Amino acid sequence: MNSEAAIAINKDSVVRNSVYGKHVRTSDVILTGLIYLAASISILLLIGIMGYAFVRGIPQVNAEFLTSVPSTLKGTFGILGNIVNTLYIVVITLLIATPLGIGAAIYLNEYAKPGKAVRLIEFTTETLSGIPSIIFGLFGMVFFGNTIGLGYSILTGALTLTLMVLPLITRTTQEALKTVPDSYRSGALGIGATKWYMIRTILLPSAMPGIITGVILAIGRMVGESAALLFTAGSGFILPKNFFGKIFESGGTLTIQLYLCMQKAQYDEAFGIAVVLLVIVLAINGLAKYLACRFNVEK
Amino acid sequence: MNESFSIFSHHGSKSGVERAAEVIFTASGFFAVLAVASITLYMVISGVPALFQVGILDILFGSVWAPTAADPSYGILYVILTSIVGTFLAILIGVPIGVLTAVFLAEVAPKKLANVVRPAVELLAGIPSVIYGLLGLLILNPLMYKLELKIFEGSTTHQFTGGANLISAVLVLAVMILPTVINISESALRAVPSHFRSASLALGATQIQTIFKVTIPAAKSGIVTAIVLGTGRAIGEAMAISLVSGSAVNFPLPFNSVRFLTTAIVSEMSYSSGLHRQVLFTIGLVLFVFIMLINTSLTRLLKQSNVEEDKQVKGKGKKS
Repeated sequence: MNSEAAIAINKDSVVRNSVYGKHVRTSDVILTGLIYLAASISILLLIGIMGYAFVRGIPQVNAEFLTSVPSTLKGTFGILGNIVNTLYIVVITLLIATPLGIGAAIYLNEYAKPGKAVRLIEFTTETLSGIPSIIFGLFGMVFFGNTIGLGYSILTGALTLTLMVLPLITRTTQEALKTVPDSYRSGALGIGATKWYMIRTILLPSAMPGIITGVILAIGRMVGESAALLFTAGSGFILPKNFFGKIFESGGTLTIQLYLCMQKAQYDEAFGIAVVLLVIVLAINGLAKYLACRFNVEK
Repeated sequence: MNESFSIFSHHGSKSGVERAAEVIFTASGFFAVLAVASITLYMVISGVPALFQVGILDILFGSVWAPTAADPSYGILYVILTSIVGTFLAILIGVPIGVLTAVFLAEVAPKKLANVVRPAVELLAGIPSVIYGLLGLLILNPLMYKLELKIFEGSTTHQFTGGANLISAVLVLAVMILPTVINISESALRAVPSHFRSASLALGATQIQTIFKVTIPAAKSGIVTAIVLGTGRAIGEAMAISLVSGSAVNFPLPFNSVRFLTTAIVSEMSYSSGLHRQVLFTIGLVLFVFIMLINTSLTRLLKQSNVEEDKQVKGKGKKS
């Protein structure tokens, strides 16, 4: 390289790097533009989705819509039956999944020694959370529905959903247990508490906010679930005549009813249900956020 | 004398409770193993018979899907291809938008704005999938139909779909994987130590150069994890696209009405019987195999990134 060229390059770079001659790189401008574009697409999508659903759906939601069941005889369309079914499924699933999930987390965190067994459990929990809901639906239909013989019923749906939300509850409980300081454990054990007594009276109460957040997230997942329920819980919409008997009858949740409305091109009703679902999801999200915040502050 | 007050008398029942507690917790710990094992078992048991009845090659590589015809044919090649192509396209659209939004949240946006946008993105993840389907059906499909009428004006060979086609489904899927991609990429970007950025800035790189040449490469493994999880979500999604993607099995071309692995199950299970039903379970098995492949590659990825992090911590061999 001859010296003239070197000087020219040097001059050039001096000018370029000085504050006065600072120029803006074109690629920087383009990339910044792309970043802002992508972010605004994401935000506009959310606003658009919520806005459109609320604008079309809110006029549909009224007292009759919320308190009646579909009937061609009376000419009414309502979703009370589906709301009741959703409640049934959520409560039954929680009754089974919460103890199982918390138990699994306690085993992993407090009892198990690191090794193959723990790795196996953690791997399967990961796998379980990655399986799509339609596969849970197929399994639930074949196993709970046909093999065990529950058919299309709320119980089949709830058992299927149990498998689906189990990893979520296990993982959040595990996280919550991990945040309990070890000194609590040794303190309790040191003054003579047995292990189960220590878990029951010290660990679980300390980890409670985290566990509850997990349970609330699980409720959100169940309320929004559809593919796993279509072939397990069926699509019944009649109000239960018998409180416990309903468990063995078919019952479609809000999401299933929404899907059926879409299939029958009853779009207005579908948007009405969509609004109800969105409000529930919003409330659950807010509640989980609020609890998580309080939990962090207490820490 | 007064045995009920002695510690010894309680010892027996207490240790019984303790042992019971341990057994119960261990059992619930292994419940996940049991669940995965039985799901695998049942998927195989119900999916394999049709493979042999129809013939493995005929079913996996046959392109004619006519399960209810007088001379039924059960080729699911186009269904498999649709799922692969559709998922790939959804990733192609969703990932750049998602990663750039994550960059915006983690690096560019002022804190206050980021604190508003982040919960909004999380909310996007919580919206039930049928609602995405409803909106796709009522917003995307009419748009696609208009486009279709324009493009294929006067065409005699094209089968008009009313807008329920591959593009609509891909767009719905792309929107649905956004929250997953954004959340995980953002936490990966945040985990990049700030001295990486400071060093790059101190060497005279602009903020954008720092982001694209230092921060994103450093967060690579996290972003790849996000993409893999997004793929899993896209390939397993059923209800959102079942009505949006159309109702006929076709080669996955943009304006064709198509059927995904998931939508084939959802839309035909209710009226299927006999061999048709068994083939639907085979479709489920194919989907299950795909998901298992994605899951295992994910576990391997996570393991790798853990190893890499250890290396970085020890300062032995930091990759450039």
